[in-house]
Amino acid sequence: MAGVFERFMGPRIPADELRLHPVRYAAPTVLLSIARVLLLVSIFFPYWHMELVAPQYPNGLYLTAYVNHLSGDVKEIDGLNHYIGMRPLDQAAQFEKEMSIWAVVAMFLLVEGAMFIHSRWAVLLALPAVLFPAGFLVDLQYWMHTFGQNLDPEAPLSSSVKPFTPTVLGEGGIGQFKTIADMGVGLYLAFGCSVVTVVAFYFHRRAYRPLFRRLIEDRRGTKETHPAAS
Amino acid sequence: MSLVLAAAMCMGVVAESHGQDTRRRRRTEEAKPVELTPAQVAELTRLANERKLNADDLMAAAKTFMPSGRHDDYVLFSSGGQSGQVFAIGVPSMRLLRSISVFTPESWQGYGFAGDNDHVIESLKINGKVVAWGDTHHPALSETKGDYDGEWLFIGDKANARVAVIDLRDWETKQIVKNPLTISDHGAAFVTPNTEYVIEGGQYATVLGYGYAPPEEYKKSYRGMVTLWKFDRAKGRIDVANSFALELPPYWQDLADAGKNASDGWFFINSFNVEMATGGVEKGNPPFEAGASKRDTDYLHIVDWKKAEAVFKAGKAKAINGFPVITLDTSAAEGILYFAPEPKSPHGVDVSPNGQYMVVAGKLDPHVTVYSIDKIKAAIAGKKFSGKDEYGISVLDFDAVVEAQVELGLGPLHTQFDDKGYAYTSLFLDSAVARWTLGGEYAKLNPEQPWKLVHKTPVQYNIGHLCAAEGDTVSPDGGYLISMSKWSVDRFLTTGPLLPQNFQLLDISATGTTMPVIYDSPIGVGEPHYCQMIKADKLKSWKVYPEVGWNPHTQRLDPNAPKKGQEGVKRDGSNVLVTMTAIRSHFTPEHVEIQEGDHVTWRITAIETTQDATHGFCIGGYNVNLSLEPGEYAEFSFVADRPGTYPFYCTEFCSALHLEMMGYLHVKPRGAAEAAPAVPSTPVAAGSN
Repeated sequence: MAGVFERFMGPRIPADELRLHPVRYAAPTVLLSIARVLLLVSIFFPYWHMELVAPQYPNGLYLTAYVNHLSGDVKEIDGLNHYIGMRPLDQAAQFEKEMSIWAVVAMFLLVEGAMFIHSRWAVLLALPAVLFPAGFLVDLQYWMHTFGQNLDPEAPLSSSVKPFTPTVLGEGGIGQFKTIADMGVGLYLAFGCSVVTVVAFYFHRRAYRPLFRRLIEDRRGTKETHPAAS
Repeated sequence: MSLVLAAAMCMGVVAESHGQDTRRRRRTEEAKPVELTPAQVAELTRLANERKLNADDLMAAAKTFMPSGRHDDYVLFSSGGQSGQVFAIGVPSMRLLRSISVFTPESWQGYGFAGDNDHVIESLKINGKVVAWGDTHHPALSETKGDYDGEWLFIGDKANARVAVIDLRDWETKQIVKNPLTISDHGAAFVTPNTEYVIEGGQYATVLGYGYAPPEEYKKSYRGMVTLWKFDRAKGRIDVANSFALELPPYWQDLADAGKNASDGWFFINSFNVEMATGGVEKGNPPFEAGASKRDTDYLHIVDWKKAEAVFKAGKAKAINGFPVITLDTSAAEGILYFAPEPKSPHGVDVSPNGQYMVVAGKLDPHVTVYSIDKIKAAIAGKKFSGKDEYGISVLDFDAVVEAQVELGLGPLHTQFDDKGYAYTSLFLDSAVARWTLGGEYAKLNPEQPWKLVHKTPVQYNIGHLCAAEGDTVSPDGGYLISMSKWSVDRFLTTGPLLPQNFQLLDISATGTTMPVIYDSPIGVGEPHYCQMIKADKLKSWKVYPEVGWNPHTQRLDPNAPKKGQEGVKRDGSNVLVTMTAIRSHFTPEHVEIQEGDHVTWRITAIETTQDATHGFCIGGYNVNLSLEPGEYAEFSFVADRPGTYPFYCTEFCSALHLEMMGYLHVKPRGAAEAAPAVPSTPVAAGSN
C-alpha cells in the first residue's frame, strides 16, 4: 500500500537536490499557485458580454455573464424577448450558476493539491481547472441554442421571427438589433489559468520525472540487494 | 488551507453581489475642429444670400444651433402665466423641453385626470371650490448659500395666492399651499439664501383671512401681507405649521427679493399705491391707474426676517384665519419692518450678488435707484428717519440709504446681474435691455465708470422680466440673457389675433456695447412672467423612477403597488379593486368585468425600467387618463355609473404593438342577467377604497 501512495504522491525532494536546483523545483509550485489564484480571482470579473445595438437604444443594451449570475439590462432584454417568445434569461443554466462558485473553489483546491503531488497524477487533479473556461463557452453555446431554438409559437412576433441561435462570440443580429458578443476579463483570467497550468506541468515533468525514475530504480535496487526485506 | 477555503467562500458572496458594472461604452462622437474648405465657404455664402442672412445672423445661428443629441448648457424654468404651468426651455437652443403642470389639470401628464377624488383636484380646492387654473408668476429655484442647488422649484399663483412645490428629480408638482390670509398675491415665490423660507408677498389689499369690508373702510380694514412659508427640505414640503406672515399696510406690495451675503437675514418688497387710492371710475373717482400714481414716492419695505422669525417663535404672532400673523404694531415695536422712499410706482427690487445693493427699478421713473445695505443698517442704528407712515412704521431718510441713481430710459422694470460687474435692466417703454455698471467692488471688473449706462439693446417688444444665467444668485454666470418680450407683433407668422410671446436670447458674453439678440423663440402658451436659468449640470433628474411601484406623490415605494403576478379583480360587495400591471405591450388583466354602480379602485404599476418607456392609461367616457412613467404606480377610483363596454388603452405610443396594448372595461347594466363575477369574491384590503 505504501508503494501505491508513494507512486501517487511521487518522490519528495532531497534536501541537497533542492539546494543545488532551487529554481527547478520551485517553478512548478509557483506556477500552479499562480494558476489557481487566477482562477479564483476570475469569478469577480465578467466572463462574457453581449452588447445589443438598435436605433432606439442610443446607449446600447448590455448583458454581462458572471460564473454565477447575469447582470446588465436583463429586464429590458427579457421584455423584448417576450415579443419573440424567448424564455427569461435567468431560467438558463440555473444548475451551473448555482454550482459554479463551489466548482471553482473545488478546482482551486485540486490545483493546490497538485502542487504537492510530484507524479503524473497531478495532471489529473489540475485537468478540471484547465478545461473550465472552454467548458463555460460550450455550456453558453448550448443554452443560447436551446433558448433560441425553442421560442413560444404563441408569441406576438412568432410569425416574423423564426428560431435562431444567438452568436456566442462575434457579431450577430436579430430584428433591428445587432449583437456584439465577446469574452470578459474573467474568462481571460480562466484561460490564463489553463495556460499557466499547462506551462507548470512542463516544468513539473522536467523537475520530478528524473526524481521519480531515480525513486523507481532505487526501489528495484533495494529489492535486488535485500530480497528478504519484502 | 481552510483559510483559503473561507476566503473563497467570502469571495463567492462578493461575486454574487458584484452587480451592475456592465461596461457602458458611451458612443460620443468627438467634435473635430472645423476647417471650412473653400467649396464649403462658397456654399455657406450662397445659402446665406439665398436666405437673406447677414454675417451677424450666421454668427447667431452658430451660437444657438444644437446638433441632434447635443444637450443645452442651461435650463430655463419659466412661469407659464395663466396656463397655470411651468415651462422648461433649453438655453442656448431655446427648445421647449417640457411643460410641468402646476395649477391647471393637464392630460398628457395625467395631472388631474385620475377619476373621482383625484388628489390633484383636491389640492386645487379653495374653500371647497375647485379652482383649476392659476396665474403662475415667479419661479424660484431652491438655493444653498445663495446659489441654485437644482433640487426644488417653487412658483406662485397670483390669481389665487397659492405656492406650489415642484420636485426637480421627477419634475412634478408635489404640493400646493393656499394662503389663508389673502385671495391673490404677487410677490411669490422668492427664497431665502438656504431656502429656509419661501416668501410670498401679497399685492391687492383685502381684509385678511378672506374677510369683507366696504371700500370706504379701506384704510381701516384692508391690509397687505407677506407670508414666510417654512420649507422642510427633508420632507420636500412646505411646513405650514411653522410658517407665519407679517401684516402690512394696504399699499400694494409688489415684487420681493431676499437679501444674501451682506444683506442675509433681510428681504425687500416694493410697493405702489401708497396713496391708498380706492378707485371707482364708475362713480367719477380717479381710476386706480391714476389714483395709485399720484405721489412721487412709494415705500421700499425692508424686513428683518430673522428678527421676525424670532418674534414668531416667541409666540408674539396673532392668529388670523388660524394662521399666525405678526401685526404692524408688533413689527414697529420689535424693529422688524422699515420703509424707505422710492421713486413712484416702481416694479422690481433686485439684490446684487454680494448682497450690498438693492436695485429698485422706477417703472414710471427713468432711473434705477440703488440702496446700500450698509447705509440701511447705519440709518436704522442711527435712527435717521424722515418720519412714520400712518401705520406707525418708521420711514428711513432717502438720502441716508441711497447709494446711487442711474438714468437708464423709460419704463425700467427688473434687474439681473452678470459676472463682469454689469447689471441689466428691462426697459418696458423703450423696449430695450439696458446694460449698466455697478460700483463698489464691481467697479474693477469692467472698463467702464461705475453707476453708468453702457448700452441699450432693442428687443421686440415690451419687455417684462429678464433673466441672466443664474443672474439672481450670489454667483451669476453671465453669457446669456433672456428678454421676456410681451408683444411679438411682427416677429412671427400671424397666429390669429392672439399672438405668441417672444423669448429673446441675448449674448452678453462680451463687454461694452456688444450685446446682440441671437434668437427669437415664440412662446405659444402664456403668459409667462419671470424665469430663472440654471446650469444644466446642477439638475439631478431621475431617468426612471428609482424602484418599480414608485408613488410620485409620496416619493417612495408604495405598498399598494401591484406586482407582476398579483394582478386581478377582487370584489367586496359593491367595492371592486382592480390591480393591474403595464408593460410593453399589454395590460394585465385585459378584461375587467364589473356591475353598474360599483365603486371601483384601480391600481396600476408600470413595471418598466427602461428610460422613456412611458405608458398612458385612459378610459374613454370616464374622464380618466394617466401618465405611467417607468416604475410609476398610480391609483384612481370612480363610480361605474355608466353601463357599457369601454375600451381602455395605452395613450403613449410605447412600442410597435402599442395599438394592441388595450383591454375592455365591461360595465354590466343593472338588472341584466347576473353573471358570476370574473374572480371569486375575496375580501378587499382595508383602506383600498
